[in-house]
Amino acid sequence: MSPIVAATASENAELLVFIVLAPLAVVTALGMVLSRNAVYSALLLVVNFFCLAGFYVLLEAQFVAAVQVIVYAGAIMVLFLFVLMLLGVGRQEALQETIRGQRPAAILLSLGLLVTIIGALAAGVFDAQPASLAAANEGGNVEAVGRLLFTHYTFAFETAGILLVVAAVGALVLGKRRP
Amino acid sequence: MRVGPDAYLLVSAILFAIGVVGVLIRRNAIVVFMCVELMLNAVNLSFITFAKTNGALDGQVLAFFVMVVAAAEVVVGLGILVAIFRKRSSTSVDDVNLLKG
Repeated sequence: MSPIVAATASENAELLVFIVLAPLAVVTALGMVLSRNAVYSALLLVVNFFCLAGFYVLLEAQFVAAVQVIVYAGAIMVLFLFVLMLLGVGRQEALQETIRGQRPAAILLSLGLLVTIIGALAAGVFDAQPASLAAANEGGNVEAVGRLLFTHYTFAFETAGILLVVAAVGALVLGKRRP
Repeated sequence: MRVGPDAYLLVSAILFAIGVVGVLIRRNAIVVFMCVELMLNAVNLSFITFAKTNGALDGQVLAFFVMVVAAAEVVVGLGILVAIFRKRSSTSVDDVNLLKG
């Protein structure tokens, strides 16, 4: 097989996966917002996170895709489900609006935001050219990201560690039952 | 046919808008949190798309840091929710009105 044919085959595969994942991501996101039951929302969000991990693989970001599955779809969503179960799921959400006309206004404003972003995309504000990460991913994506993390972004990396420790301590303090 | 960066940015924009709708119309604080997570993920998708268009990995590193901050935010946020639930027996955002004048 010549290189050109191979390239088209991989592009076709990318297109196919994208066509499957993109509507699935949008539908699961919509379902999450519209679902009455908070547990269904959480499970739909897990599916959505897996779709995003698929996008990351298509975009040559294998490390972030793995982190997405492990941290988001794994740890964070388990935490969400745990708190949902802890606080009880039988409660019905109030259907009455607290502020009159808030829901139509919210949907209208969000549509406005979406139209604005799509307009910016159509006008070519970002002017994104399809490029390849083949040079940057030399020797593997994980190695390349790790090299960047431990050289150029060392300070941010250490700060992130401190942030996580503070968050863990904060959760302990907040969760403690006061006598 | 090739999937251009615009397609990914479009999906990212749609997911972000859906997250905004969710934050604005849902009353359950946990679901509001999930919608915030959805918005963070939509932005992550943009970051990684731009990383590819720039041919550099900095966008991926930034997305990684966004995930770290999101994890910290979820831990503290859910801790606050549990603390509020103990006081008010409700997770509705409308019941948290102690500061109301």
